[in-house]
Amino acid sequence: MTEQAHNGPSLKTYFLIWGALIVLTSITVGVSYLELGALNPIVALVIATIKALLVILFFMEIRYSSKMTMMVVVSGVFFLILLLSLTLSDYLSRGWSHVAR
Amino acid sequence: MQASPATEHHNPALKHHFADMAQQKETVTLGMWLFLVTEIMFFGGMFAAYLVYRILYYNAWVAGSQQMEIKLGALNTAVLICSSLTMVLAVHFAKENKKNLVVVFLLITILLGLGFLGVKAVEYHNHWIHHEVPGQYFAFEHTGNYDPRHVQIFFSLYFAMTGMHAFHMIIGVSLLSWLTIRALRGDFTSEYNSPVEMCGLYWHFVDVVWIYLFPLLYLISHQHV
Repeated sequence: MTEQAHNGPSLKTYFLIWGALIVLTSITVGVSYLELGALNPIVALVIATIKALLVILFFMEIRYSSKMTMMVVVSGVFFLILLLSLTLSDYLSRGWSHVAR
Repeated sequence: MQASPATEHHNPALKHHFADMAQQKETVTLGMWLFLVTEIMFFGGMFAAYLVYRILYYNAWVAGSQQMEIKLGALNTAVLICSSLTMVLAVHFAKENKKNLVVVFLLITILLGLGFLGVKAVEYHNHWIHHEVPGQYFAFEHTGNYDPRHVQIFFSLYFAMTGMHAFHMIIGVSLLSWLTIRALRGDFTSEYNSPVEMCGLYWHFVDVVWIYLFPLLYLISHQHV
């Protein structure tokens, strides 16, 4: 009864996710000491996103939650991306045209 | 789920406007996530400001970022990840009616949270004595092709973002202390444990914010000149 009382992740899953998060942290710290130019921020943010996904899907149990809750989470991420991409599309494109200031 | 409707009806934690404990739990989880979505947008504004200024004043950003101590940042990242593990363990044991283990893991989570804040305080103190706090006494030995005032903008955002994050940690530690008292009182059972789970969601969210703050503030400019 106690194990079936909730259909969340098992203890083993929690420890595996924790191990993965620690390993990914070590990798991202190690990579930051290498000279990769434009790749440094890309690698760091990809690793951060994998870590965030692991926390959200397993520790926050979104993988096991209802469709409604998943949709709320996805909409939050969607509006964050909208905020960042529309803001950056302005600042990054300044200077592309030759119109006098 | 296996419990009969009759026992669920008599659960004192069931509010009268919910059909059963499962519906109540679903509603609580949805409401908590709606709050966390507003938190995503709240931190999102600061992340947007960070990205814009990083693009505008790239050299100053690199210079400011290289004042961060990666070792302390990495230590704090590990501390937070461990605290997220102890938090899920507290939730897990709450669902299994193991009151003593819930209390033990809540207390470990609180200690790890306080440890994070302690390391952060050491970092803030180092910035303070190195005159890296924006304002009248800001002094930055600048060697590259940038305006030192722009380094102040970096440090302003650094203090705003990590300060807001630390403030969330303080709220989190307070919530966990309240949970510990309630757990000791025996409020949480396998049927009713939403407060532990919802505070857990909040705690993990604060961890996710740090997962992005750490590379953005400490790591990505480390090797750039």
